[in-house]
Amino acid sequence: MWDHEIRAMASSHAIIAASVFMATVLPAVLLPGFSVYGSHLLWLYSVSGAVTAVSVAVFWLLGITPPTKKHTLGYKLSRLFRSCLYFFLSCLFFHTVVVLYGAPLIESALETFSLAVLLTSLTTLRCLCVLGPNVQAWIRVFSRHGAMSVWDTCLQITVACTVVGAWMGAFPIPLDWDRPWQVWPISCSLGAMIGFLTGLVAAPAWIHYHRKQLTYKCK
Amino acid sequence: MKGLPVLSLLLWMSSVFFVGLYLFVGGFLLVRLEVNRTSGCEDVLHPGQDPVDFCWARPRFRRAVLLIIDALKIDFARFDPNNTTPRPYQNKLPVLQETASSRPLQSRLYPFRADPPTTTMQRIKGFTTGSLPTFVDVGNNFASSAILEDNLIHQLGKEGKRVVFMGDDTWENLFPKKFHRSLPFPSFNVKDLHTVDNGILQHLYNTIIGDDWDVLVAHFLGVDHCGHRFGPDHPAMADKLTQMDGVIRSVMDRLQNDTLLVVMGDHGMTDSGDHGGESQKETDAAIFLYSPSPIFPGPPTQNEPDVVPQTDLVPTLALLLGVPIPYSSVGQVLLPLFPPHGQTEGAVRGLSQLEALWINAKQVNRFLETYSGMAKDIPPESLLQLKDQFSRLSSEYLSSVGEGRSPSQQLVSSLQAYLTSVRDTCRSTWAQFNPLKMAAGLSILALACLMCFLLSELSVVLVREDDGGLKVLVVAALAAGVGVAAAQLLSQGYMELTWCLAAGAFSSELLFFWRARRLGSPAVSKNGTKGPKSGGWLTPRRLLIPPLLVPLLRCASLLSDSYVIAEGRVVTFLLFSLALYIPVHLNWDGLLLPPSHDPLKSAGLLPSPALSPSTVRKESSVLLSCLGLLVGSLYLSLSFHGCREEQGSCQPSAFLSPLSRFQDSQLKNIHYVLSVVSLGLWTYLLRRCLCHYGNLNSSGGAVFTARWVLPVLSVCLGLHWAVSATPEDSFRNLGELIRMAQLALPRAAFCLLGLGLALIWLDPLTVFVKTRAAASSRSSSLPPPRYRASTGISPQAELHHLIPQIYQRMRRSLDDGELSGGGEAGGRPMVEAYGLGSVYSAPLLLFWGLLGVGLLLLHPEGMALAFLLLLLEMGALLHIHASSSTLRGLHGACSGGFTVPWTPVVLWSLAATQFFHATGHLPTFPSIQWGAAFVGFPDGHTGTVLPASLVTLNTFASHILFAVGCPLLLFWPLVCEVRGGRGGRGCGEEGEDAVMEMRLRENPQQFSSALLQLSTRYLFIHGTQVFASVCAAAILRRHLMVWKVFAPKLMFEASGFLVSSIFLLIGVSLVLRVDLSVGRWFQRLIPESSR
Ligand SMILES: [Zn+2]
Ligand SMILES: [Zn+2]
Repeated sequence: MWDHEIRAMASSHAIIAASVFMATVLPAVLLPGFSVYGSHLLWLYSVSGAVTAVSVAVFWLLGITPPTKKHTLGYKLSRLFRSCLYFFLSCLFFHTVVVLYGAPLIESALETFSLAVLLTSLTTLRCLCVLGPNVQAWIRVFSRHGAMSVWDTCLQITVACTVVGAWMGAFPIPLDWDRPWQVWPISCSLGAMIGFLTGLVAAPAWIHYHRKQLTYKCK
Repeated sequence: MKGLPVLSLLLWMSSVFFVGLYLFVGGFLLVRLEVNRTSGCEDVLHPGQDPVDFCWARPRFRRAVLLIIDALKIDFARFDPNNTTPRPYQNKLPVLQETASSRPLQSRLYPFRADPPTTTMQRIKGFTTGSLPTFVDVGNNFASSAILEDNLIHQLGKEGKRVVFMGDDTWENLFPKKFHRSLPFPSFNVKDLHTVDNGILQHLYNTIIGDDWDVLVAHFLGVDHCGHRFGPDHPAMADKLTQMDGVIRSVMDRLQNDTLLVVMGDHGMTDSGDHGGESQKETDAAIFLYSPSPIFPGPPTQNEPDVVPQTDLVPTLALLLGVPIPYSSVGQVLLPLFPPHGQTEGAVRGLSQLEALWINAKQVNRFLETYSGMAKDIPPESLLQLKDQFSRLSSEYLSSVGEGRSPSQQLVSSLQAYLTSVRDTCRSTWAQFNPLKMAAGLSILALACLMCFLLSELSVVLVREDDGGLKVLVVAALAAGVGVAAAQLLSQGYMELTWCLAAGAFSSELLFFWRARRLGSPAVSKNGTKGPKSGGWLTPRRLLIPPLLVPLLRCASLLSDSYVIAEGRVVTFLLFSLALYIPVHLNWDGLLLPPSHDPLKSAGLLPSPALSPSTVRKESSVLLSCLGLLVGSLYLSLSFHGCREEQGSCQPSAFLSPLSRFQDSQLKNIHYVLSVVSLGLWTYLLRRCLCHYGNLNSSGGAVFTARWVLPVLSVCLGLHWAVSATPEDSFRNLGELIRMAQLALPRAAFCLLGLGLALIWLDPLTVFVKTRAAASSRSSSLPPPRYRASTGISPQAELHHLIPQIYQRMRRSLDDGELSGGGEAGGRPMVEAYGLGSVYSAPLLLFWGLLGVGLLLLHPEGMALAFLLLLLEMGALLHIHASSSTLRGLHGACSGGFTVPWTPVVLWSLAATQFFHATGHLPTFPSIQWGAAFVGFPDGHTGTVLPASLVTLNTFASHILFAVGCPLLLFWPLVCEVRGGRGGRGCGEEGEDAVMEMRLRENPQQFSSALLQLSTRYLFIHGTQVFASVCAAAILRRHLMVWKVFAPKLMFEASGFLVSSIFLLIGVSLVLRVDLSVGRWFQRLIPESSR
């Protein structure tokens, strides 16, 4: 049972990581002049889109999403609508936080917002997929005893890795090296991406090595 | 509580830090006094019989061209024909060696040795003044870098020579308005290899051909920038040097016979292309002298110098061009350029070798006499020796000239020896880092940081001990210091205070560690609960928690010049991150939200909730809203930053300029109103806070201050702003009045401030006691106090038992009194005391607020907004701390002690640095707000102490405020307890009642240990920052930015630490003062009530 879940997690993570890779490589092959530094926004959106699509598909296929109580179309639609709303609100939330952290308010608002979209698709989207549009549950998951399944633990690890990665991505910005990747928000989005990929690898591994200690109360 | 041990431990701790800093700074920052005198033509330097001064004699050269190639290392200038595979920097300047060997009568190439610090600005100073400039040339104005000492450019200008300059704009800052014509180009961008050089080349050749110059200075920067960017071993360097080769050739072709060409480097570079230090690679530049007409008497002989010191250029050029040698030059003329005695009558005219040396020696002697009269840093015995040497030489010279016989060659060499020994003496005094002192300072500081950490961990044990522990340390320090002093006196005959201090600090540190080892272990064995607390520190798991990781990052950021330049943003970033960490961590521990009543969860997995859900919800919302306030004020405070010159496209905040500079009157009015509103809010919020906790009811000195002094002070300040903002030409007839007001208002404010602070100090109690006649008659009906039962106990013990009872009752009646206006009687206790719960924090808060207004007086008006943000942020931090400790169930005796965790302390000290920047300050000398010295003294000062202290108070305002307010971190959770404590917390013997700060009186031991712990933690964080910047200065002492970024940062950080620790001591002693008077108050009260 456990091994089965871990294997499912590892393979889904492999698919997501592959989608990130494809979203970087494919446009580079197809579009002339595409590069991670040069056309950064394009890369951001292509990666965000790929991760969003693949994650939704994978989690839907795996059936992780908590079972809905009602099966009416209206309820499902309202759920979908709420999910979209949360996605958008989370973009705004990340945008605000990033601005408060010191990003320029007006000059590169588009860049900042793109970073917020990336962060949302890497973190909030996973929450939406695993927990559904339920903020209470999101807050509950990020506590020591809050995880109720392997997927919750995995969510904790990937989200923490992504956020920490984005946070560390801000470190090289003030340095006077004049490298292309120091331009806002390239280092942060790269950091978030690297953190996310690390999380994808680390989560199944960590869970695998700690499977003896992990106990979940329900489910 | 035992106040004295706490205070003396803190004092000792900070003095150890001071000693470490003093040692390091003494070895690192070279200090020299500037002599503000200039040489003139009328100085008779010749022997008596020749009254005509030499300015009128025809000089050897009419004109000179100085080509300065920045960082022209001697290795670049040499040419080795046998080297078939040269590195990119080798053999690229063949012209120098070629000319020197093919035309030996006209040219020479020498190594040209610079004196450390080998940075461009110090070097330019060096080869124009002929002195050994250090980092701190006392007497120099920090605000501008212009050279005030006598120098070659000044002398040339005085003699009417037209000096034309082109190149590095550092010269323009050093010699403002001294050039006949100047073409400065920006030197700041190290990445830019060509702007300066190409700019020079556009004008150089035309200028040389033209005739409107006498001395031409061209300073090329490309080689130096190429070194910094690529290192010497790079093809770009080859290109650059080849270009310079072409430049030198073209210049040589265009010279006329009466012109001297000097090609030189100001310093060398290391293999990585940097400079600044004292290694030979950095100091050895090249100098090349050339003239189209023969200048040397013959081909190079054995008498040629191996190395030419950079100071020697000044006297040589001065005498060759016929101007007096600058006053403070310690250089020696370059003898091969002067004809030997007796050969002066030939084609070349000018001074002979001996004459030149004599003039030189007289000038150096005169400087030495003046300098030793001003400063005492040259060792007296060597001074005496030099004086003897000179008087011997002078009598010998005068006698030989008077008799008309030709002086011996020996006189020449002894004059040379004299000049060399003067320079060596000066160099050993001024121009060398003292690595031993630096290392000693570093290690004392490192140990002091460790000691501070141990002290904060062992505070419980240390306070339990008697004062004897400290006495031993101090005695050991004194013994070691006196021992070293005696040893020095015996062996050298004089003593150096520095080493005595170092020995004292070292010995007391080592003794402390030894005692700490001993103390640490019994603490574990004595009571098991303390075991993990004092035992397991220093494990990486305990140290690598985010609250300690953030200061670590902060310290690491001090090692990079980019981060130091962006320090304001960096600190805000870290502060924000750590603040966000608090709710995240609380949530991780499941404490942020009320536990859901899930039977599965409460079945033993979670500890039973100590707080009711409503309390938790309330505290969480307080925490989150305060976090919002904190984040908001952090973000707004970013708009008050100043700008460093390194930050290219930065606009300094508009609030930084004084109102009187505003042109637009409407804008001025808006700014004024904003400032006054924030000042008013500051006062209102403080009073509101005091009022809220019932501290404004009594009639003591502190309350008087809060009621009257604080508002009047604010009004005074507002009026002062209004007066100083009025334009001078309006209200012409009121001019006298305005001038009066400008003088009187700030002085009145100073007096009020002093009065307020003194009143708080003298009478800090803000407790209002209300004894009711009716109640006192009923006192017999109360149950007899418990202490009656124990008649055998000493009065001290009685007091100790009694106090809790009394204030329990007081507290109860206070609450009722506040609610119903004190209209109750009967069955109630006879004494009501308002404001007893915040008896410690109220005077401290008032003191703090008053000090804040005083410091605001020294700032530009617009900073009132920043100060308001500071107040808000401080309040937010305190409330966040209080809420999170309530949520964690930390405060109160039940969890053992009043420990303040690391997180709020780190936030507190980061906020101090953050507001240093948010009040418009920067760790650079040009950004010091000198205007503060003239507040209340518009006509200047007579002394230096008062303006210096005013400027210090202005600069470190935020350090001062956060240091004084530091003990509030200890009190605030207790002050806020009243809100949460009712929710049925079942811990503590007293049970249901909230007693706020009286808990501290209940546990005097824990009170003092918590106070000690809090202060040492605060000191520790500041101490590690100082240590990090000391490390940065020591490690990066040959970095390009060391004198621009790291050394000023070190000085600001060190002075900030000094000021912080002093004001922390003031804050702590105010708390102790309050404790003393609370004790007296209880003593007075108890006999009454038991009667
Ligand atoms: Zn230079
Ligand atoms: Zn340089």
